[in-house]
Amino acid sequence: MRRLEPAAIAGVMTREVANFRTFWMSTAFSSVMEPTVYLLAFGLGLGATVVSQVDGLDYVEFVGTGMVATAVIFSSALPAMFGTFVKHRFQNTYDAILAAPVDVEELVTAEMLWIGLRAGFFGCFPLLVTMLFGLDPAWGMLLVPLFCIVTALGFAGFGIAVAGSVAKIDQFNYVTTLVITPMFLVAGTFFPIDGLPEWAQVAAQFNPLYQLVELVRHASFGFEATDLLRLASLVLFSLAMWRLAISRLTKRLID
Amino acid sequence: MAAIELKAVVKTYGQIRAVDGLDLDVPEGICLGLLGPNGAGKSTTMRLLTGQAIADSGELSVLGFELPGESKEARAEMGVVPQLDNLDIDVTVEDNLRVFARLYRVDDVAAAVDRALAISRLQDRRRDAVDELSGGMRRRLLLARGLIHRPRLVLLDEPTVGLDPQIRTQVWDLVADLRAEGTTILMSTHYIEEAERLADEVALMAEGKVIARGTPAKLISEHAGELTAELYAPPERRAQVRAEAESAGLTVRPAGPAIAIVGSERASNGVVPEDAVVRPASLEDVFVLLTGEELE
Repeated sequence: MRRLEPAAIAGVMTREVANFRTFWMSTAFSSVMEPTVYLLAFGLGLGATVVSQVDGLDYVEFVGTGMVATAVIFSSALPAMFGTFVKHRFQNTYDAILAAPVDVEELVTAEMLWIGLRAGFFGCFPLLVTMLFGLDPAWGMLLVPLFCIVTALGFAGFGIAVAGSVAKIDQFNYVTTLVITPMFLVAGTFFPIDGLPEWAQVAAQFNPLYQLVELVRHASFGFEATDLLRLASLVLFSLAMWRLAISRLTKRLID
Repeated sequence: MAAIELKAVVKTYGQIRAVDGLDLDVPEGICLGLLGPNGAGKSTTMRLLTGQAIADSGELSVLGFELPGESKEARAEMGVVPQLDNLDIDVTVEDNLRVFARLYRVDDVAAAVDRALAISRLQDRRRDAVDELSGGMRRRLLLARGLIHRPRLVLLDEPTVGLDPQIRTQVWDLVADLRAEGTTILMSTHYIEEAERLADEVALMAEGKVIARGTPAKLISEHAGELTAELYAPPERRAQVRAEAESAGLTVRPAGPAIAIVGSERASNGVVPEDAVVRPASLEDVFVLLTGEELE
């Protein structure tokens, strides 16, 4: 049998869809409410009292477009980490799937694709909510789902790799504190990175979330020539995380 | 062709040799019971057969496919019923089955799901979440899920562990139906009665290898004779009777609160106390004698 068979990948994704049908409403609810709350607090609260404009944009538009990246990382990296760990350690789901003609490479690919598609979809919600707060639609925004999916694939792979590496679920705290939170804060979501020390600005260039924030803002307000490089870097990030996730999960699942 | 062939298979975990030079062949169409105490290597053997563990050395072949290289091909024609319930509990019964029909590339998914529902006798619960089913229903569903693609070979890993007697009987009925259809079955268990009832042949595993194999009747006659006398008595008396029986050349084993004098038909007058309960020798006698461990 071939590697990466579409039937195997579709089979694993069928399982994810069947499960998602049991909890989609809560996911949709939080995907709408979270950006709304953030926009009310930061966009209208902070924007009205402290800063009204950033980089020539209304603060609510600045935050709203930046929050797409926040939604993507929180709906990809975290579900991948916790979901993978729970399915492996507590539900023994992977034992059942791997007893069928499915290998770890197909399993990881399917899990990443599902999370990537889901996070890509829900990642667009902040943009839609921001439109209710005055953001003007733009044709470039049609590419935002693509940017979200590519980035979410990478963070899904990252989450799976982490789940395949930790011994206990508590160890996720190290990852969220040391990796995800700094990444999310230094992504230009709530404030522009050019106010940061130079080393942090350089580090931000290697932060996939920053690249996504820039792409979403440019999609909303005008693309730049460097955006193709940004997209390429996100594709590379996703490919690297895909292989890392397969490697880590294989070590964990195959004795 | 044997459905399963293992030759000199070794699998270690650190210092532990979980499978230690295992030779095992399972001819097509039989039910082989893999019997042994915890830690004998049964579960590791099952994981080796499903490609979830890779042997350090030795040769493995399943349905003519060499493992681990052709494991995926082998798994396509093999059904696995795991020891632990790993159904998706929030999902409906039919969706659980549908997912596995797709994973096994079944052509007519709807027909396969209907057939599996019939096997598990859950037709009227098809739209219920698994979480709403009783323990017995869930176990039947787990078995039906492993049969969704009409496998040529079924691996049953401790299929009734932790179940109450009524549910165990339901599962045994399903396995008996499978045997009647001629499906090859490899069933690991540490329940004596399960092996006696369901297996055409039994392979006794201890310390990672097969130490005895044959039909239950053959194993009993070879290793335990015809009769076993059990004496329930205070410890001092048990010790005294045991010493007398052993000095008379008989084999004695502990049996919970009793001692069992194995092969008691060979005992001379007076060695077996009159208040001992004499019963036909069993597979349990064989296994305790050969492994030195008591089984459930």
